Amino acid sequence: MTTPRKLWVHLAQVAVLIIVFGGWQLLTSLKIVDPFFFGQPSGIVSTAWNWVQHGTNFGSIWLQIWTTMEEAILGFLIGVACGIVVGVLLGQVPFLSEVLSPYIKAVNALPRIVLGALFVIILGLGMSSKVVLAAFLVFFVVFFNAYQGVREVDGNFVNNARILGASRMQVIRNVVIPSAMTWIIASLHVAFGFAVIGAIVGEVLGAQHGLGVIITDSQNNFNADGIFAGMIIIGAIALVAEWLISLLERRLLAWRPQMASEATAV
Amino acid sequence: MRSNTSPDYRIELSAVTKRFGTPGGSAFTALRDVTMTVEPGRFCAVVGPSGCGKSTTLTLVAGLDRPSEGSVRVGGRPVDGIARGTSFMFQTDALLPWKTVLGNVAMGPLFHGVPKKTAVTDAREWLRLVGLAGFENHHPHQLSGGMRKRVSLAAALINEPSVLLMDEPFGALDVQTKAIMSNELLTLWDQTQPSVIFVTHDLEEAIALADQVVVMTAAPGTVKAVFDIDLPRPRGAVQEIRFGKRFTELHHEIWESLRDEVERAYARTAASGAADVAAVPLSKEEARS
Repeated sequence: MTTPRKLWVHLAQVAVLIIVFGGWQLLTSLKIVDPFFFGQPSGIVSTAWNWVQHGTNFGSIWLQIWTTMEEAILGFLIGVACGIVVGVLLGQVPFLSEVLSPYIKAVNALPRIVLGALFVIILGLGMSSKVVLAAFLVFFVVFFNAYQGVREVDGNFVNNARILGASRMQVIRNVVIPSAMTWIIASLHVAFGFAVIGAIVGEVLGAQHGLGVIITDSQNNFNADGIFAGMIIIGAIALVAEWLISLLERRLLAWRPQMASEATAV
Repeated sequence: MRSNTSPDYRIELSAVTKRFGTPGGSAFTALRDVTMTVEPGRFCAVVGPSGCGKSTTLTLVAGLDRPSEGSVRVGGRPVDGIARGTSFMFQTDALLPWKTVLGNVAMGPLFHGVPKKTAVTDAREWLRLVGLAGFENHHPHQLSGGMRKRVSLAAALINEPSVLLMDEPFGALDVQTKAIMSNELLTLWDQTQPSVIFVTHDLEEAIALADQVVVMTAAPGTVKAVFDIDLPRPRGAVQEIRFGKRFTELHHEIWESLRDEVERAYARTAASGAADVAAVPLSKEEARS
């Protein structure tokens, strides 16, 4: 349903788009801003179109996109799985969390992205080094949220389940994980962003294929349009992923009340 | 519905003391030398001023916590952790918000390894018994407070407990709903006959429901007196029997005993509270709650 107000919002949004890109195009065409350094919307579009039609220096554009996606998705899945497992484990075993907490904090304080360089040395220029870097970045985001989520579980729920006869594993499966799910899912939005960053940085540090490679290549050729085109493609991918995660969120957290809809009396 | 009037599910607390460490490092004695017995199949209500350790008593019987001294025995065996056959209804909602009503009730049997189909059939039957047929697929947040209590009751009773522990289960309900729930509880208790310890601060509720009312002292809690409630069963509507002659006599008698403790507990909180806030004195009636 589009109310008049909604319509105005959409119109204004389109106007912002036109002003920004139109202004950019105009200023660069008039040479007020140098298109060599700042690119030009028409140049970006033609660069992207050129990639689609004639491929990049490293093969077809679809191969580059798919490579980056594959690295990001694999890294994301591995990082999420490990983050949840370790988060739940540490949340459930206080001894373990007390022992490991200073180390986790220390590792978290490091600029982990730099480890990408190490992974490229260890695992080579193939996909695995990017997957590991992406997983590593994702892990910390998900881990902290899963851990916090587990710690916030209502003790009443746990006691009630235990009295009803739940074993430790049953408590984790029926109470702890569903309860922490709100926290975990909230982290997934940010986590996918980190997965993409991990994949791209990994490629920039050394790879044969991927969007990071064509961005580096554009940089080496002083091709600002190429950098922007790569950036926009990545942004589009991230938006699609964000939308998919929102679908998942709605599915998994369907039990949550939509609004404060107090139902029927006794 | 099987009735499990196991003759040996007596609840015995003897010389139970429970101390908690406080953040300041000192020890707080919640219960001191509590000795009480609930005969199998009997309904025992525990009343006392707030903070007298009524709930602590329940957690000890449930096996959620251990006494510092003394022993807690259920069915002749010392309580050593959570035991099958004990159900607990908490003061606040313990229903899992992400499970449906049916899922919440079926949890108990499923945890005990009952096949899913049987567990679901049983859960439906219990929901029918508490008057919630047709609400199986609702989530707890879609129900009213009274309905959620019925779900909790069904979830507690589906395990066919021989011991049912209730911690002010109807405390948050309005008066009318509370009366309805009390009647339903008595009907269901009559069918299954577990031994019950029912903690409440509402003396009328205690007398209307119980065979035996235990009055506890202000903290550290200990048993001050035990009253037998000789009102005939079935008792009928709680709202009506409270005007009966015997009921008022019992109420008067027990309140005499309870009043001192309530006043003492109040004087203590007022004294400690007076330092930082100008405490507004409560009337006797208000102090009861």
